Amino acid sequence: MALDPHIIARWQASELLLLGGSAGSFKHIYNAVRTFPANLNKTVLIVIHRKKNFFSEIEKLFAANSRMLLREVSDKDAINRNTIYIAPPNYHTLIESKSSFGLDVSEAVWYSKPSIDVSFECAAEVFKSKCTAVLFSGANQDGARGLLSLKDSGSLTIAQDPTEAEMPEMPQSAIDLNAAEYILTTNDILELFKT
Amino acid sequence: MHAPTEINIHQITELIALVKKLYGFDFNNYSKASLRRRIMRVMQLKKLSVYDLKHQLVNYPEFFQTFLEEITVNVTEMFRDPSFYQALNNQVIPYLSSYQHSKIWCAGCSSGEEAYSLAILLNEAGLRKKSFIYGTDINTIVLNEARKGIYSLRKIKSYAENYQMAGLNGSIIDHFTVLYDAATIHNELKQNTLFSVHNLVSDSVFNEFQLICCRNVFIYFENALQERVLELFYNSLAPLGFLCLGTKETIRSEAFRKRFKVINQKENIYQKIGS
Repeated sequence: MALDPHIIARWQASELLLLGGSAGSFKHIYNAVRTFPANLNKTVLIVIHRKKNFFSEIEKLFAANSRMLLREVSDKDAINRNTIYIAPPNYHTLIESKSSFGLDVSEAVWYSKPSIDVSFECAAEVFKSKCTAVLFSGANQDGARGLLSLKDSGSLTIAQDPTEAEMPEMPQSAIDLNAAEYILTTNDILELFKT
Repeated sequence: MHAPTEINIHQITELIALVKKLYGFDFNNYSKASLRRRIMRVMQLKKLSVYDLKHQLVNYPEFFQTFLEEITVNVTEMFRDPSFYQALNNQVIPYLSSYQHSKIWCAGCSSGEEAYSLAILLNEAGLRKKSFIYGTDINTIVLNEARKGIYSLRKIKSYAENYQMAGLNGSIIDHFTVLYDAATIHNELKQNTLFSVHNLVSDSVFNEFQLICCRNVFIYFENALQERVLELFYNSLAPLGFLCLGTKETIRSEAFRKRFKVINQKENIYQKIGS
C-alpha cells in the first residue's frame, strides 16, 4: 500500500516522534530504532512499560543498533534533535518545555510507571501539532487518552493495526476512543519513518 | 478530559500567587509540568473548577492542608531502588561507623518509608544506638503517618522484594509487628527518629549532618530552586558528610560539582569537600 502524501507531509513536519507500547511492542520499536538515520532531524521519545527493579538491557541493545544518539531520560535533561530518549522505569517522563524533560514519581496510571498517557498528554500540551505518535501492541488501555490529546492538539496519531498486534488491546483502545487518525501495519509505519 | 478540570499556565501562575499570599508557601520555582498535573488531579478528585479551587483556598483554610497533600507527591516505598541501599551500605555506612554519633536528615520524607529504611539499615549495621534520623516534609498530614510508622500489609509485601534485592539479611517483616492487615515498625527503630515540618524552599539550616538523603524531591524543582536547596544541604553537612539524591537526579551546576566528590555516579551519592 502506498502511503498517502498527506501523512508523509505531516510526519516530515513533526519535531517530536513518540513511540508507546507495552507487551508485544518491543520488537517493533526495536525495528523502528534500527531504521532511523543519524540525521533524522527529530527528537524521539520511547515509552515502553517496564517492570520496576528489572534491570533491562533495552538501552544497551537499542544503542548498539541505533545510528542516532540514545539515552535514558534523567531529570531536566535537554531535549535535543537527532537523539532517542527512553523513559526510565519507575518514573513518569514529563515534558517541561520544548527544550527540557522532567520526571515524576507520582501514582501509576493503568498500573504503569512510566505511563504512556502522561508523556503523550505533556507532549500535546507543549509541542501542540508538532508531534507524530504511534501506539503499538499492549495489554491495557494506557496511551489511548494521551493519543487523543495529541490528536486534539493537531498532531499526527497512528495506531498499530490491532489485527497484527500480539496484544491488540492497547491500539484497539485508541481506535475505540477515535484517537488514531491512521491505523497502519508495522511495515507501513517503518516505511513512513523512511520518508 | 472534562473541560472544567483544565488549567492553563496563566491560571497556574495566579493560583501560585494566591497560595503564597494566603499561606506563605512558594511554589514559583516548582516544575510546572508536574505541578499542572497535580493541580488538575485535585480539581478532578474534588470536582472543582479553577474558580471553585480558588474559592475553597480563600474561604476554607483547612482545605489548604488537603490541597498541599494532593499537590505534593507522596508516593514512596521502603528500600526504593535497592541498588542505592546496597551502595549506601557498602560505601557510606562503614564511614558512619567510625563516628561517635551521626545525624541523618531525610528531607522530603513523606510518610516515613525512606527514613525507616535508613533506620533498618543502621540497625543491621549495629549503628542504631549511635545515630539519629530527622525526617522532614512540608506536609503535616504525611508527617503524622510517618510518626505512626504503620503501613498496610499489602504495602509491606511489595517492599519485601526491594528488601531482598538490597542484600539485607532476614526479612522485612522482622522489623515490624503485624496486627490484622497492618504492620507497625518496631519501637526501637522509631526511638531514634524525629519527624518535623521543614520547607526546603523557605526554611534554613537546622543542624549539622553526616548524611542527607533527599531522593526524588529535586525532580519537582526547577534548576534555580535545586541550586538554592543544594546550598542549604551543603551548609547543613559536616565536613566530608554525604549527600544522596535520587537515581535520576544529578548535580548539574558546575559550581556545586566542584564542592562535592562523586562517591557513586550511578546512585548519585556525593561527599562534601572544600570549605
